[in-house]
Amino acid sequence: MQSTLMLTVMRYRPEQEAEPTFQTFEVPYRKDWVVLDALNHIKDNLDGSLSYRWSCRMGVCGSCGMMVNGEPKLTCAAFLSENLPGPIRVEPLRYFPIVRDLVVELSDFLRKLKKVKPWIIREEEKPLSEGEYSQTPEQMELYKQFSMCINCMLCYAACPVYGLEPSFIGPAAIALAQRYNKDNRDQGAEERLEICSEHDGIWQCTFVGECTKACPKGVDPAGAIQQYKLVGAMAWFKSWLLPWGER
Amino acid sequence: MNASAQYTLYHPKWYRRHVSVWWWLKTWSYTKFVLRELTSVSVAYFAVVALWQVRSLACCAEAYTRFLRLMESPFFLAINLIALIFVLFHALTWFHLAPRAMVFRLGSRRLPDKLVVGMNYIAWIVLSALIAWIMLRG
Amino acid sequence: MPKTKTPFLWTLFSVGGTIAALLYPVHMLLQGLAIPLGWVAPPGYDTLVSLVRHPLARLYLFVFIAFPLFHGAHRFRYTLYDGLKLKHLTTLIAVLCYGSALIGTILAAYTLWSL
Repeated sequence: MQSTLMLTVMRYRPEQEAEPTFQTFEVPYRKDWVVLDALNHIKDNLDGSLSYRWSCRMGVCGSCGMMVNGEPKLTCAAFLSENLPGPIRVEPLRYFPIVRDLVVELSDFLRKLKKVKPWIIREEEKPLSEGEYSQTPEQMELYKQFSMCINCMLCYAACPVYGLEPSFIGPAAIALAQRYNKDNRDQGAEERLEICSEHDGIWQCTFVGECTKACPKGVDPAGAIQQYKLVGAMAWFKSWLLPWGER
Repeated sequence: MNASAQYTLYHPKWYRRHVSVWWWLKTWSYTKFVLRELTSVSVAYFAVVALWQVRSLACCAEAYTRFLRLMESPFFLAINLIALIFVLFHALTWFHLAPRAMVFRLGSRRLPDKLVVGMNYIAWIVLSALIAWIMLRG
Repeated sequence: MPKTKTPFLWTLFSVGGTIAALLYPVHMLLQGLAIPLGWVAPPGYDTLVSLVRHPLARLYLFVFIAFPLFHGAHRFRYTLYDGLKLKHLTTLIAVLCYGSALIGTILAAYTLWSL
């Protein structure tokens, strides 16, 4: 039964080095510890200069995503016991620029989230006197899965298309678009389809499926994207066969 | 590796990791994906063989016999075997990916993925049996 | 919407992939292995020609050849683009892939029409 574990952590301090390096730490091994606990131990006891993001430590905030032994994981959900005997390699989330140590630059992702117009779009708002919009449980089932996203970006770290083509809008953004497209209160599906059918939208996806594998919340972004492609293809044919239609 | 650090106080230098052209060898998942995509080559190969077969049929009995002889050569037997394995890989992965792209609903409930996959396999077996019967009854 | 051709190409890819998945294994097994190896008796030349001349058979064969050609072209194009990072050659690759699929389709149509 080992009592300690080695953690090999990527360091990048732009003020003192031009390229990232690795630093190895010896941390206690506890059966119930996750990688985040080990990182916190390092920061508290071994090297206070280590920089990383974390918050809820229970898998709902999406802050602590990192590469653990080459796989995108939430460090608060990656148990040390699953990675015995070590050493465990911890790197910043793949395919994102590194700001410092394990902290990555997020603005590209945030911009893409906003780009798909992730809000209820109505042609006309119902006046207050008509009461609230209602939704049956069956109607909620249609989009509920896609609403579980915690914006942790593990799917972007898993997606090779995003790695090769950083302009790709990405799995989480498209799943988010679908969350609103399938909401019965929303009337913006056409608008979002325009946006998502652009060159770097849904058609860049080659259904690798790694995003769904990496997702800690079971959102299945790959499925969302393929369903969206079907919708997009049908809309394309409709616009050719019935050009004087809905427009 | 020991280049001087480029850091200015108000514009920190982000480090962008380079994505190697061998990215698809880094994990088994990625490699499996590229193998899956390469099945497209064997699908296209067999389409061409089918076209070739039809053209030799259209020409004359001699051309068709020549085609059959070529298919019996060890070279083509080997290629056909490899292509068949790849096409099978394509078929299996296709059946398992299909339910993710097409969601069927019965009333308000989504048909479970396993059911759709099962239906794909059944269609596959039925069609294959039908074709074999048509081609072999003489 | 109609400005981009990608949805159309994706549809060809999907139809071709389904045809290839459902029909190619049995045909490949028969025509690529079982008949050449003598496991089963091949249909005679005359039987086969009369079978193939039937209009439904011609349609079947056209669909059998044309759609999977585009499936292969589409998938291979993206594999080259992503797998080998050939972004700068994207137009050339697209023309080669879809162009050869188109040539194959036209050839199939001509052959099957004039059987």
